[in-house]
Amino acid sequence: MIERPVKLACRHVWKIYGPHPDRLLAGGKAPTLNEIRGSNHVGAVRDVTVDVREGEIFVIMGLSGSGKSTLVRCLSRLIEPSGGEILFNGQDLLKASPAEMIEIRRHRMGMVFQHFALLPHLTVLQNVAFPLEIQGVAREAREARAREVTALVGLKGREDYFPRQLSGGQQQRVGIARSLAVEPELWFLDEPFSALDPLIRREMQDEFLRIQNQLHKTIVFITHDFDEAIRLADRIAIMKDGAVVQVATPEELVLAPADDYVAAFTAHVPRAKVVTIGRIMSAGVAPQVAGQVPASARVEDVADRIESAALPYAVTDAEGAVIGHVAAAAVIDVLIGRNR
Amino acid sequence: MSRTRALLWPVLFGVSLVLAFVSQHLPPWLLTPPQAMMIDLAGTTSAAMKWLVEDATFGMFTVKEATRAIATLIEVPYEAARILLVDGITEGKGRRASTIIPPISWIAVTAAMVALGIYARNLKLGLLIGALFLYLAVFGQWESAMVTLASILIAVPIGVVGGLALGILAFLSPTFSRVLSPILDLMQTVPTFAYLVPILFLFGFGPVAALIATVIYAMPPMVRITTLALRQVPPELQEFGRMVGCTPGQQMRKVLLPTALPDLMVGVNQVIMLSLNMVIIASMIGAGGLGFDVLNALRSLKIGDGIEAGLAITALALALDQLSQALAARSHVGAPVQGSWIKRHPKTVAVLVLIVVTGLAGLVLPWVQTYPREAMLSTRSFWSDLVTYVNVNYFDQIEAFKDAILINLLLPVKRFLLALPWPWVLALLTLAAWQVGRGRLAGLCLALGLFIVVTGLWEQAVTTVYLCGISVVIAALIGVPLGIWAAASNTAGKVIGAFIDMLQTLPSFVYLIPVIMLFRVGDFAAMIAVVLYALAPAVRYTAHGLRSVQSELIEAGIVCGCTRWQVLTRVRLPMALPDILLGVNQTIMLALSMLVITALVGTRDLGQEVYAALATADVGRGVMAGLAVAAIAIIADRLIAGATARAKARLGLSGE
Repeated sequence: MIERPVKLACRHVWKIYGPHPDRLLAGGKAPTLNEIRGSNHVGAVRDVTVDVREGEIFVIMGLSGSGKSTLVRCLSRLIEPSGGEILFNGQDLLKASPAEMIEIRRHRMGMVFQHFALLPHLTVLQNVAFPLEIQGVAREAREARAREVTALVGLKGREDYFPRQLSGGQQQRVGIARSLAVEPELWFLDEPFSALDPLIRREMQDEFLRIQNQLHKTIVFITHDFDEAIRLADRIAIMKDGAVVQVATPEELVLAPADDYVAAFTAHVPRAKVVTIGRIMSAGVAPQVAGQVPASARVEDVADRIESAALPYAVTDAEGAVIGHVAAAAVIDVLIGRNR
Repeated sequence: MSRTRALLWPVLFGVSLVLAFVSQHLPPWLLTPPQAMMIDLAGTTSAAMKWLVEDATFGMFTVKEATRAIATLIEVPYEAARILLVDGITEGKGRRASTIIPPISWIAVTAAMVALGIYARNLKLGLLIGALFLYLAVFGQWESAMVTLASILIAVPIGVVGGLALGILAFLSPTFSRVLSPILDLMQTVPTFAYLVPILFLFGFGPVAALIATVIYAMPPMVRITTLALRQVPPELQEFGRMVGCTPGQQMRKVLLPTALPDLMVGVNQVIMLSLNMVIIASMIGAGGLGFDVLNALRSLKIGDGIEAGLAITALALALDQLSQALAARSHVGAPVQGSWIKRHPKTVAVLVLIVVTGLAGLVLPWVQTYPREAMLSTRSFWSDLVTYVNVNYFDQIEAFKDAILINLLLPVKRFLLALPWPWVLALLTLAAWQVGRGRLAGLCLALGLFIVVTGLWEQAVTTVYLCGISVVIAALIGVPLGIWAAASNTAGKVIGAFIDMLQTLPSFVYLIPVIMLFRVGDFAAMIAVVLYALAPAVRYTAHGLRSVQSELIEAGIVCGCTRWQVLTRVRLPMALPDILLGVNQTIMLALSMLVITALVGTRDLGQEVYAALATADVGRGVMAGLAVAAIAIIADRLIAGATARAKARLGLSGE
């Protein structure tokens, strides 16, 4: 597979709170956690280097206090990092002037907030049109565009409601619509579904995937919910104490956790949810097959079909070429957690 | 250890009693601070003010010119408001003056208020406000009420805009906030009257000085509320504003201010009510209108006139309060009406048309312009008769009640306090401060106490403490049970809430009227007026504190088998203690702010000092007395705040 180009690159980014963060980082030093704590500082983000590629859903996962919210605010420069580089399309955001930052945010970034951050005095339509209003787009044009995205998130007919008249899930749909109104290249979602009830959360995750399948944005998605992360992510960065512990696909995280901390998260995840057919297939073309499955399919999604067939299935790659085959036994091994 | 601590204050109290008994035998300098200790701060202040007004200059212009300029800035719009509401445009002076264009007619003003009421909430509110204004016309209070309204129309916008501007600055600049905060603190503890005197000196006697005092008095809450409301905008919304690329100006105009608007409107309501209160009080330095009528009536003991003007103030206060509260709560639901300006503003158009039509019709039909004298009702004689009747028939009972309280409570406490040697009182004060807040607070309290000693105001200060102290204790004794009752039952809560709202809406002046009628002048009348005025916070904070006890805790109490009484005394009251203390604190502040008003009924405390200074325009004397009241207020505030903080910490309520 061809690697997609990097959209947002984060190089050795630090955010240290305390009296003299600059002294700790002077001359390109990389202080240890103990050095930071010993000098009465707090290392909210420590030496983070990650690449977010175009069109991927990049999830940053961590428990509360792990620095994930601070990191996403550093990436959007809502918080000024103490050190490092943040390259957006190759341009260092930390060197951008305030005016340049305003331009970048107006046209190329969107953000969805945990508690929705809707303006209480504006209607749904006015809220969605707000980013365009700030840019000085004429009323008709911005309202037309706002109607379009409001319909996209399934709120057609509620344009004239006020936020307080909507349920939490609907409010977040407004938040999503609003962040999409300017057609951003880079889309930040800061725990967008954490404030919602579990059933609604699930529904919104599906909705989110549906929208992403239409729009193919580059996404940085923050969550503290590992199940949510493996459901949505192309790749996951796991954070602990301000540092990134591991960056990997959900499958790699489960099968090869970098340390005990990651392993503790992944221990209870059913393998079938993350393991792909490509991982368990046997090489070579089978003489007789019951059908075809893509290598990228997750075991859970195709297990029923493969298990009930007498013959193995052919496995195809992204171009449709047959690259191997998979039989019921391999699928059952994954389902019951047996290692052979 | 804890036993000796528990015994400490009873023992000290016993010693105080003994000291008070033997006070005649103590050397006199212990009772009255000796002359040698006095510092002539008053004279110095007066001289400084004199220099400021007569000689000081900012280089380009003198202080006098600066105050003149400010005065003109305020006088011009004030005159305009008076022309619209009271005077009209006239030619000539005095009796020969002839009206060219009349002021807006009573019909048009009332209609405008009704329209505002409908705009703010609904027809019901519009009719209520219309009825209140009609009352002003029918009972012959129209002209005075319009003078008062004109002052408010000028003072409120200045207060709101000024407060908003300062509040925004304090929000944007932490440095500015740090400078502003202690000034606001001081302005809230210094009683109004402390700055009436310097303002009188700087701007002279008249409506402009009164307006400036009003703005100074009414603005601080707006500043605070603005800063607080902006800080309370959720951080996510602020981040959102930055993420969509708002410029700093857009961020303030389109994100922060609109989000904070409901809170800001609460501030506007406060400014309106405080302005009304102050405009009434400021009649002492030359604001005309209803306050002047009350003051006049009180001075000449014309009870009927006083009550009528007082009721008119009540009507005006009620109308303005309801209106501004409705405006604050107004939620703009519904799509905006399309069409031309006239179509979109039917009420404005109707009012404008009515102003012109009644103005023209008034030229022919005088009753349209001014409410006809013949149709006016007067309750003056009714009230006078009522008071006479009460005094004739119940004089003995009232007098007996008054004397009983005076002889058994007020006088003994007064004598006791005045008989205590001042070094002993200072020592006790410092000890209490040490217990609550250690060295810093002890130092502050001792310094403030010494300030009172060296200004030679010790006796007046003790009298103040005695009058306020007893009033606060009585207010708390009435207010806390009322608050408990209000929290216990919904019906009682509503009734008591309405009563308390009413008490808080009324300008402090109004309380004096019935009190003087029944009890005439003296400490007792002053005490009743102070208790009435200061009651509200005790009730309100108690009820609030009891209601906000976590329901889980109450359930835990019930599950443990507590009776209702036990739930109240073992769970709710202890948890509500910090709130109740806060309410008592507010009660003390209100009691102190009532002082100069009670000076009108002849008390001999610091309020009387200020009042006397006002009468003689003696700046130094007024400022010193005002600062002495402030010193008492700060001591009380810090001691109680310290105790509240400790209570909160003990209950684990202090948050992060």
